[in-house]
Amino acid sequence: MSEEFVLELENISKEYSGNPVLKNVSLSVKPGEIYALIGENGAGKSTLMNILFGMSVIHETGGFTGKVKIGGQEAKFTSPADAMLAGIGMVHQEFMLIPGFTIVENIKVGREETLPTIASRVFGKSLERLDTERMAADARKALDAIGMDINEFTRVAGLPVGYMQFVEIAREIDKENLKLLVFDEPTAVLTESEAEQLLSVMQSLSDKGIAIIFITHRLSEVMAVARRMTVLRDGEVVASKPIAQTDVVEIAELMVGRRIEKLVDDESRSVAPDENAEIAVKVRDLFVDMPGEMVKGVDLDIRKGEIFGIGGLAGQGKVGIPNGIMGMSPASGTVEVFGEKVTFSKLGDALSKGVSFVSEDRRGVGLLIGESIAHNIIFNTMTVKGGFLGLGKIISHHQVRAHAQSMIELLDIRCVGGSQRVGSLSGGNQQKVCLAAALTLKPRLLIVSEPTRGIDIGAKKLIMEYLTKLRNEEGLTIIMVSSELAELRSVCDRIAIVSEGKVSSILPPEAPDADFGLAMSAVGSKEVE
Amino acid sequence: MDSIKRAVNSFGLPRVIILAFFVFLLGMAAFYDLGIPALLGDVIRRWGMFGILVLAMVPAIQSGIGPNFGVSIGIIGGLLGSLISIEMRDMGYFEATANPEVVSVIIALIFAIVFAGIFGFLYGLLLNRVKGSEMVVSTYVGFSMVALFNIMWLLLPFRSGTSIWPIAGEGLRTTISLADDFGGVFNDLLAFELGDMSVPTGLLLVFFLCCFLVWLFTQSRIGMMMRAAGSNPNFARAAGINVNKMRVLGTTLSTILGGIGIVAFAQSFGFLQLYNAPLMMGFTVVASVLVGGASVVNARIFNVLLGTFLFQGILTVAIPVANQMVPEGNLSEILRMIISNGIILYALSKSREATR
Repeated sequence: MSEEFVLELENISKEYSGNPVLKNVSLSVKPGEIYALIGENGAGKSTLMNILFGMSVIHETGGFTGKVKIGGQEAKFTSPADAMLAGIGMVHQEFMLIPGFTIVENIKVGREETLPTIASRVFGKSLERLDTERMAADARKALDAIGMDINEFTRVAGLPVGYMQFVEIAREIDKENLKLLVFDEPTAVLTESEAEQLLSVMQSLSDKGIAIIFITHRLSEVMAVARRMTVLRDGEVVASKPIAQTDVVEIAELMVGRRIEKLVDDESRSVAPDENAEIAVKVRDLFVDMPGEMVKGVDLDIRKGEIFGIGGLAGQGKVGIPNGIMGMSPASGTVEVFGEKVTFSKLGDALSKGVSFVSEDRRGVGLLIGESIAHNIIFNTMTVKGGFLGLGKIISHHQVRAHAQSMIELLDIRCVGGSQRVGSLSGGNQQKVCLAAALTLKPRLLIVSEPTRGIDIGAKKLIMEYLTKLRNEEGLTIIMVSSELAELRSVCDRIAIVSEGKVSSILPPEAPDADFGLAMSAVGSKEVE
Repeated sequence: MDSIKRAVNSFGLPRVIILAFFVFLLGMAAFYDLGIPALLGDVIRRWGMFGILVLAMVPAIQSGIGPNFGVSIGIIGGLLGSLISIEMRDMGYFEATANPEVVSVIIALIFAIVFAGIFGFLYGLLLNRVKGSEMVVSTYVGFSMVALFNIMWLLLPFRSGTSIWPIAGEGLRTTISLADDFGGVFNDLLAFELGDMSVPTGLLLVFFLCCFLVWLFTQSRIGMMMRAAGSNPNFARAAGINVNKMRVLGTTLSTILGGIGIVAFAQSFGFLQLYNAPLMMGFTVVASVLVGGASVVNARIFNVLLGTFLFQGILTVAIPVANQMVPEGNLSEILRMIISNGIILYALSKSREATR
C-alpha cells in the first residue's frame, strides 16, 4: 500500500455476542486531513475508535476482523499505550485530567523530563529529579501552538471547562510523534466562542500535518472544518465523500435514514387528536438537573389522547424531561397535568395527580428485583392509592393474586405465575411488569421512557400495540421517550426532538428524514433555508 | 438427586452444614452421657430468650440500614424500663394489684418501649447521615451508648434497695436480681416438663407473638413501603416514598424490639445485667440472624427462627461437649468467641447473596 494515508481501516467487522455492530467498515485518512465521522448513537463510532486504540473491551469480546494500518504498516494494538506509541492520540469527551496538578504537570504526566541526581545514579532512572524548566517550556510551546494564553503553572482544578479541553489538546500535541488525533464530541461542553476557537485550533493542527478524526453530531462544524466524511448507520458505511460534494441536508438524511419497521397499523393514526384538542400536559420553561441528561428550558403542549414522542441523541436531555416531571431529579419551571400544577419538590406528587411513569432504568428504578411479579405490579397502587388492602389495612393476597393473574394474561408476561421473582424474568417480560404496574394505577397520563431498550422484537411489537390500543380505546395520553427514532415514527402522532437540553423542533412522523437529522444535529431547520 | 439438590439449595448449604454440626454435637453429647433432654430444654429456653433480640434485626435490615449492631441502644432502653418497674414495685405501687409480677413486667415493657422508641428515633436520624457505612457506625454508636450509660448507672437517681449497691448506698449494681419482680413470669406461664426437658411455654408464646406482629407489619401498607425503601431506594423514591423516614421507622422499630427483647431475656435469666453486659450483644444477635440465612440486605422471620435456634443450639451443646473433651481452662468461653465471631465473618463475606 502507498504511504499517502496516515491511517487506513480495511473491512473492519465486529460483533458482540452474535450481534454485528460493525460491518465491513473501511476508511482512510490522509496526513493533515480533518476527517469527520458522523452517526447516531449506536451507529458504531465508539466501537470503531475502541478498535483503533486496541481497547481491552474489544479483545475480551472476541476481537475483530479486518485490518488497521498506520502509515501503510499493519498495526496490532493490544492496549491504548501501543496506539499512543504509534502516534495516535485522543481528546476525550470526559476530561482525563488530574485536578490537583498544574497545567504543566498534567501535560507532562507520565512523560516527565528529568535530570540525574546522586540517588538516581545508584538506584536508576525512577529517582531522577524533575526538570521543571524544560517541562514548562515544552508545555508553553504546546499551549502557544493552540493559542492559549494562560500561566502554565495554574492548577487545573477550577479552570473553565473550555480551558480543560484545551489542556487536553495541549497534552496530546506535546507528544513528539503525534500523527493522528481523535476528537470525540469535543464541542459538546464548550460555549459558542470556545467551540469556534477549537475549530481554528483543529485547522492549525491540520496545517502542521497532523491528521484529525472529528467525531461529532454538529453538522455545521463538520461543514466548517472537515475535508472528507464518513457516515455510519447501524454499523455500516452508508456514505463516504468529500465535504465539497455534499451539504447539511444530505448528511442529515444519510445519518437518520428510513428504516422500515412497522410496529403498528396505520389506521390508529386517524384517532390522533387535532389541533383544537384539550391540552393535557403543559410544560413551561422546564429545567432539570439530571447528570448527563440536562434539560435547559423546555416548553411543550401535549394534547389529550395523543401519543407524543420525545426523541434525540443520548445525553441531549430527552430522558431528563420525564425524570424531572416525576421528581426523580431536581427540576424547576412549571408542569401542569390536566390543569393541575405538579410540585417537583414533593415526592410522588406527579403520581398522585394521575401520572404513571415507566422508567428507562428498569432494574434500578422500575422494579423491586427481589420481590414477586404480583407485588411489583400492585406496589404503587397500594402505596399511592391504598388499593389492594384488606381487613385491618393488611395487604389482601387474594386481590393481589387475582389482579396479577389478569395482568399477566393481558400483557402475555411469560412466567410461572404471579409469585415468581421479577429478577428471574427476561428483559422484555420485566418491561411488561413495569408497564402492568403503571397501568394498574389507572393513570390519566402515561410516560414511558425507553420502553423497548434491550427487549426483543416480539415484546416490542406487543408493547407498542398495547399502548396504541390504550390510546384508541380509552383515550389515554401517552408520552414516549425513546432513542430509537424509527420506533417513535411508527407510533407517535407528533415527535419533539431534543438537542442540547432544548426542543429543537416538533415534527410529524412522516416528516422527511433530513428534518429529523437536522433537528438532532442542532442545526435548526430555519438555518438551512 | 435433583430434588435433593434443589432442597439443599433453597435451604442454603451453610445452614445444612451448621445443622449437621448441631446433630453431630448432639451425638457427642449422647456419647459423653450429658443428658440430651435437659440440654434440649436448655436450647429451647435460650431460643426464646434471644429470639426477640434477633427479631430486632428484621425491621433494621428490611428498612435498609443493615444488621443493627447497635441493638445495645434498645437494650439500654429496656434496662431503664425494668429499673423503673423495680423502683415502682419498691415504692409499693403494685402491692394492691392481683398479680404484681404481671403488672411489673407490663410496666417494664411500657417504659422499655418509650425509652427505646426515643433512642431509636434519634439513632435513626443519625444513621441517615452516614448512609453506606451503617454497620461500622452502628457498632460504635452502640459501644458509645454503653460507655455513656456506664456513667449514667452511677448517677441516675434510682433508690430501690434491690438495685443499688448496699454498702455505698448509691450507684446501680452490675447484676440485679429479679426474684422479687418479674423474674420468670413468661417462663413459668403454662410451663411443663417432658421427662428431663422443661418447656417455657409462655416465653415461646411471647416470642411467637412478637414474630407474628412483625410479620403482620411487613404485610401492611407502611411495612411494604419500608421494605421497598430498603431494597431499592430509587424505586421507592419513584413511588413517592420518603426513604429517610422509612429508615428512621425501621431503626426505631428495631430498637424497640431490642428493648422488649432484653426484658424477655432478663425475666428468663432472672437478673438484669448492667454496665458492659450489653456491649457484645449486637454481635451475638447479628450472627444469629445471618446464620438463619439472612443477608445484610434481606431478612425474614424464618431466618430469625432458624438462626436463633441453630446459633444458641450449637453454643448450648458445644460448651459442655468441649468441656468434656478438653477439661482444663475456660475453653468454653474461647469456643463461644470463635464460633460467634467466625459465623459473623462468614456471613458478612456472603452478605450480598441473599439466600431464600
